[in-house]
Amino acid sequence: MTEPAQSAARRVWRELLRRKRAVFGLWVIGGLAALALFADLVANDKPYYLKLDGATHFPMAIELGVKLGLREWPPELVNQRFASLAERAEAAVWAPIPYDATEPDIMGGVFEPPSRAHWLGTDGIGRDVAAGMVHGVRVSLSIGLVVVAIQATIGILFGGLAGYYGGVIDLVLSRVIEVMMGIPTFFLILTVAATFPPSIYLIMAILGLTGWVGIARLIRGEFLKVRAMDYVAAARAIGASDARIMLRHVLPNAIAPVLVAMSFGVASAVLTESGLSFLGIGVPAQIVTWGSILSLAQENITAWWLAVFPGAAIFVTVTAYNLLGDGLRDALDPRERGT
Amino acid sequence: MSWALLAYAARRIALAVPTFVATTFLAFSIMHLAPGDPVELYLAGGLASGDAGIRAEKLADAERAKAELRRELGLDQPIPVQYLRWLGGLVAGDLGRSFKDRLPVWDKLVERIPVTIGIDAAALLITYLIAVPLGICSAVWPGSRFDRVSTGVIFALYSVPGFWLAVMLIVFFGGGDYFAWFPPGGIRSLEYSSDWSFATKVADVGHHLALPLFVTTLGSYTELSRYLRSSMLENARQDFVRTARAKGVPEWSVVLKHIGRNSLIPMVVILAGVLPGLISGSVLLESIFSIPGIGQLGYQSVLARDYPVVLALFAASFGLTLLGILVADILLALVDPRVTFGKSGT
Repeated sequence: MTEPAQSAARRVWRELLRRKRAVFGLWVIGGLAALALFADLVANDKPYYLKLDGATHFPMAIELGVKLGLREWPPELVNQRFASLAERAEAAVWAPIPYDATEPDIMGGVFEPPSRAHWLGTDGIGRDVAAGMVHGVRVSLSIGLVVVAIQATIGILFGGLAGYYGGVIDLVLSRVIEVMMGIPTFFLILTVAATFPPSIYLIMAILGLTGWVGIARLIRGEFLKVRAMDYVAAARAIGASDARIMLRHVLPNAIAPVLVAMSFGVASAVLTESGLSFLGIGVPAQIVTWGSILSLAQENITAWWLAVFPGAAIFVTVTAYNLLGDGLRDALDPRERGT
Repeated sequence: MSWALLAYAARRIALAVPTFVATTFLAFSIMHLAPGDPVELYLAGGLASGDAGIRAEKLADAERAKAELRRELGLDQPIPVQYLRWLGGLVAGDLGRSFKDRLPVWDKLVERIPVTIGIDAAALLITYLIAVPLGICSAVWPGSRFDRVSTGVIFALYSVPGFWLAVMLIVFFGGGDYFAWFPPGGIRSLEYSSDWSFATKVADVGHHLALPLFVTTLGSYTELSRYLRSSMLENARQDFVRTARAKGVPEWSVVLKHIGRNSLIPMVVILAGVLPGLISGSVLLESIFSIPGIGQLGYQSVLARDYPVVLALFAASFGLTLLGILVADILLALVDPRVTFGKSGT
């Protein structure tokens, strides 16, 4: 069973790589993921290396250790602003963007247009926009991935059970699906986000809990189709349990459309989060995301850099996932093969 | 035919009743369990003035006022009771009164629904007018430069965050420092009067809605035209198309009548699919462009904990979703003779 499934996956992968747009999307997603992973190395107000009064420090590494609870700041560095410390340092090596995402740069001004010091300018309280954008990748991608993981789990569970067992279970689960379809989702998200205190986990939870309907319907349809196949009857005949049939035999054959939906799901989650943060009811104020930078642009509409850069970042991310989803859909569709 | 249709519609509606109750109860509970008390919110203005030393007497007064208001709004009852009251009112055609200004919720909806529906209808019309020819051309010349460029462009448009574009457009074209080509918001001029000729009215409203409509429609071309393209390509491979070509039917007739008509079936389904989205409008866009529609009302009501209004919007939206599914099923059965009402679908 594993052998043909693997080769089918490999065929889809090959088909996917033949589509330029999808490959482009994959590269962008890979780049963003790398940026999210190494955000602390790219934008950080602590230098990589600092030589101060003859002593050598690696402040960025120390910070990591402190965050992990492994060590304390050395006395000469504790509660110091490294930007001011650097003036009397003998040597220092800085990150490409030597600012913190959430701390204002005390040496710079507010609403500073892009310059050598601040590549993408500063916001209303003097925070560096470039640093905020780099750390915003992390927030956006983790929200996108967690949300889609929740959606897929619930969707596969509900859709799979409804499609596999049919009958009363299907009737009940289909009503649940209908309830979720009937709810104006964005409105519900808005209600929850506006009434509860802002939190990134809350956003993940509500986006995940409201967006699984599409996946559930897909999986239900696929399970209905696949469970009537001969190989399922064969598996049942040799005494495989329902769980085994569902997980090993039916699911791998029904999962393809879900992957497409998941890719579009990430795009949509990123978009919704930025929309909520733009309204000021998404993530808490101290977390910098693309949406929250955008909302600052409303306070000062002459500060074009606060609108252009985060908007472009959202656009690129959403496009990348949409391209991937579209390419995946084509790659999975045997009729499209070779076009 | 029509009896089967009516029976089918009746069964669907009957099945929807428990779903409706579950949906609204869920919405009701979420709102009432969420932190933030409307009573606190409405009385906060009066209390904040006595800053330093609110004396016990004054505090007791405030508590009394709160309790009274709570009783008046029916908030002192347990949630199930409140919900049943609301449901009872709904059955009797009474949506209650807004907490905020005590106006009947019904009046508020009637005032705003036409705005949102009107904008959505216009957006839908524009979408079809642009997406259908695009899809047809892409399908007629698949793989051509036109196909590739138009697919790329509509795909990029699909990914543009609408609210971001809206802000940018207002900054650059909506009377900011750059080009004051369009008004920054609203749906008509201040001097708008009913004495104006029809053409002037249309021009005025159109001028105000140009930017919002542009942003609203931007993302919707993709799905339609891609869908049309792939279903036309599929139909083009069918035998009846080859037959038509073989017997000398002109190419335009093959494309529009033989392929096109058969490819319009999914278009109908998509149309019904967007119906529910129409009522909730776009919260973000209506807020940004200050359009007095349902989305803006909903957002303001959520922030003000104006439960009756929010619930009414939930209910209306649910009703429209149901209607959308129903209309989709019926339309599909009308255009596609293979579909019957015998078996219930999803």
